[in-house]
Amino acid sequence: MDFSIRIIIAICFIVLAPFLGGLLEGCDRKISARMQRRIGPPILQPFYDVTKLFKKQYVVVNRSVHFLLVSYMALMVLTGAMLFGGTDLLMCFFVLSTAATFLYFAASVTNSPYTTIGAQRELIQMMTYEPAVLLTAVGFYVAIGSFRAADIVNSNYSLIVKMPGFFFAFVFIMTIKMRKAPFDLSTSHHAHQELVKGITTEMSGKNLGIFNITEWYENIFLLGVVALFILNRNPWSILAAVIVDLVVYFIEILIGNSNARMKWETMLKMTWIVTLLSAGVNLLVLMVIK
Amino acid sequence: MANVKRSPWLLHYDGSSCNGCDIEVLACMTPVYDAERLGVENTGDPMQADILLITGGINAQAEPVVKQIYDQMPRPKVVVAVGICACTGGVFKDAYNIKGGADTVVPVDIYVPGCAARPQSIIDGIIQARELFQKRSEEHDAMVKAGLTYEQYKKMKDEEEAKKVAAAKAEEDRREEENNG
Ligand code: SF4
Repeated sequence: MDFSIRIIIAICFIVLAPFLGGLLEGCDRKISARMQRRIGPPILQPFYDVTKLFKKQYVVVNRSVHFLLVSYMALMVLTGAMLFGGTDLLMCFFVLSTAATFLYFAASVTNSPYTTIGAQRELIQMMTYEPAVLLTAVGFYVAIGSFRAADIVNSNYSLIVKMPGFFFAFVFIMTIKMRKAPFDLSTSHHAHQELVKGITTEMSGKNLGIFNITEWYENIFLLGVVALFILNRNPWSILAAVIVDLVVYFIEILIGNSNARMKWETMLKMTWIVTLLSAGVNLLVLMVIK
Repeated sequence: MANVKRSPWLLHYDGSSCNGCDIEVLACMTPVYDAERLGVENTGDPMQADILLITGGINAQAEPVVKQIYDQMPRPKVVVAVGICACTGGVFKDAYNIKGGADTVVPVDIYVPGCAARPQSIIDGIIQARELFQKRSEEHDAMVKAGLTYEQYKKMKDEEEAKKVAAAKAEEDRREEENNG
């Protein structure tokens, strides 16, 4: 792909992702409400929430929280821009983990018991999904011989044909990443869990706003990785990728609404077993047929 | 001017209620009444809340808790007392451990009557509270724009108010004199 086009796509991501992510969250809340036979908030509700958060009085427990959260957001934006700019996938995932670490620090510097436990659970979650994420990058490498996203989207056919196991494992860990119900251990979108708001308990006003916007960036990034499985040389694959993205998002909403929260042990076991069985076996098969 | 009233987040605190009102507050969130269609979210976290719902009268143990929760909430904020107990003390008013309604500890803005308060009236209270929240938010914006702290701003407002009252009184005196003369 041409260098300038890649830069343009990356800039488009930086500008448009928050709007798209917010809109998706709005649809998420509406669809969830419908699933529970409620009317639900307006689609633009996430934007109302974030605008309000930025207008509230600024209260912090520890001043460094703001800096850490801004770093979290900057790294997340960088991750997405790197993916959409077509650079190295492995590098993207490393920056993603670094971003998550900043979130961990932002939560743990406050010393509040709720955020501390939330932050520890966030670490466990990272440990749980990291193997699947790294295996996905390895899978792409084995399948096409390159870590670069630009090469992956330039392949002759959709890579999901070769790596359905990786796809399944990645969608599985997306439930953790998107903080959906069985795995929303560290924080959830719903109130009154055992940890108040978990990792975000001590974030208020614009800090929480930054956290929300970063979540939107992250969701778009994850959907971008899902799209990588579908995209190929044929321009029509873009449409297919968007459809698959929407279907995956809907499945996540459905899972989120039909499950109760799990213990972290169960989450760890289940995720690693799924990762090993689907992505691991897929990797073996890929290596054998190569 | 951004419309903050579309996103009022609640914090529900149970002072010493009989749990009747608490059930009704929760009922507001259920599919039948669905307060979320107004953008309401039940946060459970004072640092993220805009509206404090208090149910039940205030006893000696609950008093410092309510005070602390109120102080932890970032401005602008609104307090709603739900149920007769939270408004005045209700049937428990004369009990030895009850101080009275929520307004004995924190400034209450909106009183929702009823024993137990019905979900309809609680939602009505929330709607009134969010109008007030919008008004306070605009004041808050003006304060931030003027670069004042809350104390300075409050002093200024109080002075303005005092001046207005004084002017009105002077006007009245003058009229009376005219009438007499
Ligand atoms: S007002 Fe009635 S229902 Fe509500 S807490 Fe008091 S006694 Fe219970």
